[in-house]
Amino acid sequence: MKADVYADHAVTGLEGPLLFLQRTVDVGLNEAVEIEDREAKVRLGRIAAIDDKSLTVEVLESTSGLGVEDTRVRFLGEPLTFAVGPEMLGRIFDGVGRVIDNGPPVPAETALRIDGFSINPAERERPTDFIETGISTIDIMNSLVRGQKLPIFSGAGLPHDQLAIQIAHQAHLRNDAEKTAHSDAFAMVFVAIGVPYDSAELFRSAMEASGALEHTLLFLNLASDSSTQRLLCPRYALTAAEYLAFEQGKHVLVVMTDMTNYCEALREVSASHGEIPSRKGFPGYMYSDLATLYERAGSIKGVSGSLTQLPILTMPSDDITHPIPDLTGYITEGQIVLDRELDRAGIYPPVKVLPCLSRLMKDGTGEGFTHKDHPDLANQLYAAYARAVHVRVLASVVGRDGLTETDRLFLDFGDRFEREFINQQGERSLRAGMEIGWKLLGTLPTSQLIRLNDRQIKEYIERDAEEKAGVWPQPRRHRHGPLFSS
Amino acid sequence: MTDGHVHDAVINSISGPVLRATMRMPFHINEAVKVGPQRLLGEVIRINGSESVIQVYEDTSGLKPGDPVNATGSPLAVKLGPGMLGNIFDGLLRPLKQQGRYVKPGIGDKTNGETYRFSPLVEEGDLITRGTLFGSVTRKHARLQRCMAPPDCDGRVVSIKPAGEYTDDETLCVLDCGDNEVRELSMSHYWPVRQPRPVLQRRPVKGPLFTGQRILDSIFPVGCGSRAAMPGGFGTGKTVLQETLAKWCDADVIIYVGCGERGNEMASVLHDFPSLEDPRTGRPLMERTVIIANTSNMPVAAREASIYTAVTVGEYFRDMGLRVALMADSTSRWAEALREISGRLGELPGEAGYPAYLSSRQADFYERAANVSTLSGKAGSLTIIGAVSPPSADFSEPVTTHTKRYVHCFWGLDAVRAQARFYPAIHPLQSYSRDVDALNHFWSQHGHPTWGRQRQKFLALLEEQARLERMARIIGKDALPPRQQHVLLCAELINEAFLRQSAFSEVDRYCSAERQIEMMQMISRFIRLSRNAIELDHSVESISALPVMRKLRRMGEDIGEDELDDFEDLRDELDEAFEQLTRSAKYEAERDEG
Repeated sequence: MKADVYADHAVTGLEGPLLFLQRTVDVGLNEAVEIEDREAKVRLGRIAAIDDKSLTVEVLESTSGLGVEDTRVRFLGEPLTFAVGPEMLGRIFDGVGRVIDNGPPVPAETALRIDGFSINPAERERPTDFIETGISTIDIMNSLVRGQKLPIFSGAGLPHDQLAIQIAHQAHLRNDAEKTAHSDAFAMVFVAIGVPYDSAELFRSAMEASGALEHTLLFLNLASDSSTQRLLCPRYALTAAEYLAFEQGKHVLVVMTDMTNYCEALREVSASHGEIPSRKGFPGYMYSDLATLYERAGSIKGVSGSLTQLPILTMPSDDITHPIPDLTGYITEGQIVLDRELDRAGIYPPVKVLPCLSRLMKDGTGEGFTHKDHPDLANQLYAAYARAVHVRVLASVVGRDGLTETDRLFLDFGDRFEREFINQQGERSLRAGMEIGWKLLGTLPTSQLIRLNDRQIKEYIERDAEEKAGVWPQPRRHRHGPLFSS
Repeated sequence: MTDGHVHDAVINSISGPVLRATMRMPFHINEAVKVGPQRLLGEVIRINGSESVIQVYEDTSGLKPGDPVNATGSPLAVKLGPGMLGNIFDGLLRPLKQQGRYVKPGIGDKTNGETYRFSPLVEEGDLITRGTLFGSVTRKHARLQRCMAPPDCDGRVVSIKPAGEYTDDETLCVLDCGDNEVRELSMSHYWPVRQPRPVLQRRPVKGPLFTGQRILDSIFPVGCGSRAAMPGGFGTGKTVLQETLAKWCDADVIIYVGCGERGNEMASVLHDFPSLEDPRTGRPLMERTVIIANTSNMPVAAREASIYTAVTVGEYFRDMGLRVALMADSTSRWAEALREISGRLGELPGEAGYPAYLSSRQADFYERAANVSTLSGKAGSLTIIGAVSPPSADFSEPVTTHTKRYVHCFWGLDAVRAQARFYPAIHPLQSYSRDVDALNHFWSQHGHPTWGRQRQKFLALLEEQARLERMARIIGKDALPPRQQHVLLCAELINEAFLRQSAFSEVDRYCSAERQIEMMQMISRFIRLSRNAIELDHSVESISALPVMRKLRRMGEDIGEDELDDFEDLRDELDEAFEQLTRSAKYEAERDEG
């Protein structure tokens, strides 16, 4: 039911993105409004607070040019909604869901509330489908599964965009013979939140080059758009993604970059509301607010589609304890952390393995999913590399000669692990990655490999060295096309 | 309002989950109210003249000033009954099953008409006092529960239904309470969540909550009816450890509350538990579990209530004479919910923005853990294990420091261990347990009278290791004298062979007391033998090169619960290895002389 109520001469004040009104009509919290200025230009807004005499409206665009006397406000009588339909694919939208690719409007099938509803935890399907991304540090060490939310913690200037594009290109389900045949079953939603124009363009052209644009929705909220709009951009995008996943049964991968800009906008708007700030000036409810975005990932019982999220954030001054990565890490199911030191050493992707984690890995790896020895291999590689890093700290003080013989082996293992395992050109299959893993573990004394059982030692470590050379490396195939085929 | 009804109050203003309303009849603090046309559940939290402040447990979008608020006349209460075990609920104990794909405002506490088998334990004319168990009740294929008289009623039985199938709110027993007052009892009753259920007497902690986790049971044990906290940054394994405890600890009933955590985790618990067996009873674990879920995107005010709901459910089962364990993941989200509500009320913030009453609320919560004699005279206990998620993994933040004041066991999770995939990542030097003295008896009974001493010895070695590693960082490990290198070797063995235990390993995820004793004594034996060898001038390298070392380190993985005899073989092999070491050294010495 749409009410069509206008309020003239009700504006009492303007401050930052907020518009204060006298309460002359019966309206509800979070309902949408349209603000008309003296030139009849329309801006969107929503009701942020109500008391018996006044209303506070959050204007979702710049407030410049608005005045007290000549501004009209139209109340829509319902929360912000997004009109979605199957023909959204291949289109480009701005941060509040308006088409900006000069094409015709999108035929709408239904209008959904942009805040969505929380998925009933009792109706969630446990995510288990292993997604092979072609990146060994993810596939082997921190496996991604469908319905997971796995953020990339990056820093300014690190190649996170490149990595996200690469994952989007390469990601596919394992044992998936016909990759292109089912391309209808996947879709990608790319959400640029407060990014500079050229990053947005980089993504668009990359999608175009791979022929994936027709499966992709782009939401662009540029750095120059208003902060209030920045808060809505991921909500519009996720509403579209949910529609595609849970109504249309597609497997949707949502890449959101850069969540740091989102959080900065949250702080800005919160401050203009005069709210009591919490850590570093961010509002106390930032955890709950981020959760309303991240928790929209998942899959639902009885629905064939799924929603996987790959949010990207840049850690302010590379600080992982900053509230933005910290709160994100508490909500998401793991994290992939990029490292400046590795990047400077020319290692791509510069994944800092130790602080990385995938919480859903145990559900999507091992017998029946990837390879029965995969979890133990990952475990042993983690233990060995952690020891190598520990030894490296020792060596930096006492020097290589002050180390025990075993420690020296670990030191070498650490260097080779970075150069040969983390570092990779193009795509590397799970199998090829595992081979490298076994080969590197073979350089360590078997007495130290206690995360492996005797069979694994015999089968992979004590194999003839020549035989090993024959199996590795695998020839690489180059694949175009589906990002996320089923 | 236009509909002509007289409402108890009307809304003046709304800010997020908090609203202010003008009262037309008196409300009371903590009274439950129904808000707006959808009758959303709310609670009165402040009264000022004719205005009351109400927190709403559901999404307030669309509420308008002028909308009605209706009083219910009773405090916020939940229905406690036989349908709880094996089910999942929201923060206000409304069932989440059969509620559809999305959690939408206005879900009611549906009763699905399920019947339960009842048999009476009292007869007409019997006197029922507070908390009397007047019947037993079973659900299809599930464990026995009891019907309990609510803790606020006394009277003589006028009539009682015969054994049979009844729904949970049918009247089963009629009581004459004197003064012409009659009370009807059913299998279920309501109890206000913020009010602890009364007990006959609190008792000191006696006996452990046995968890099957070596680092807990043998090093930092938690007593039955005690309380523990596990703080840790993200990714240190809080949730996995909570789940592991919920799976393997020897409580009769588990209350698992996901407070502001991930939806997928709840899905995984719901998926795993029905297919796992309780190691003691052989029944599916789900049958002894109640899940309360307020995921991070569910309404924040209900997060605040979910903790109290969980504790109330726990106390209810405790009052049946059961041992109950409550896992709260995570209490920090609960504290943050308090902070958010407090901010909306415009209260003066205390440390880190938390309200000044944070610590007293935490105390209220942890104090409800107890080992008790119930009103009906049985022994029952409620153990609380709370996860804490300190921002930036900084243990000096308010929630962690206040928690430390109220818990007996502190299991600090360490990021460095977690990064090396060393789980459980409990840091032995940052953790403690104040229940140790109470549990000596338990280990003696299991044939391990020296447990206390060995535990001390292990901890001392780990402490010494930390000191020596700092030293080695400056002078190099090779420069340490053999005795100190020996300490490092032993500490490493304790860590790798004893403290590390994979929650996902079929063999090692549960470790019985007997197996823990075997392993502890095996390591003590190694420490003794190797110390002797070092004193006989054997090098540490020669000891660490012994093939038996690998077997020692992997004994948790390799020797399962059914193969306890294999420890004997390992012991022989260990003795043999050291004997050979000495023998060959003697031989070399003789040869050199010769």
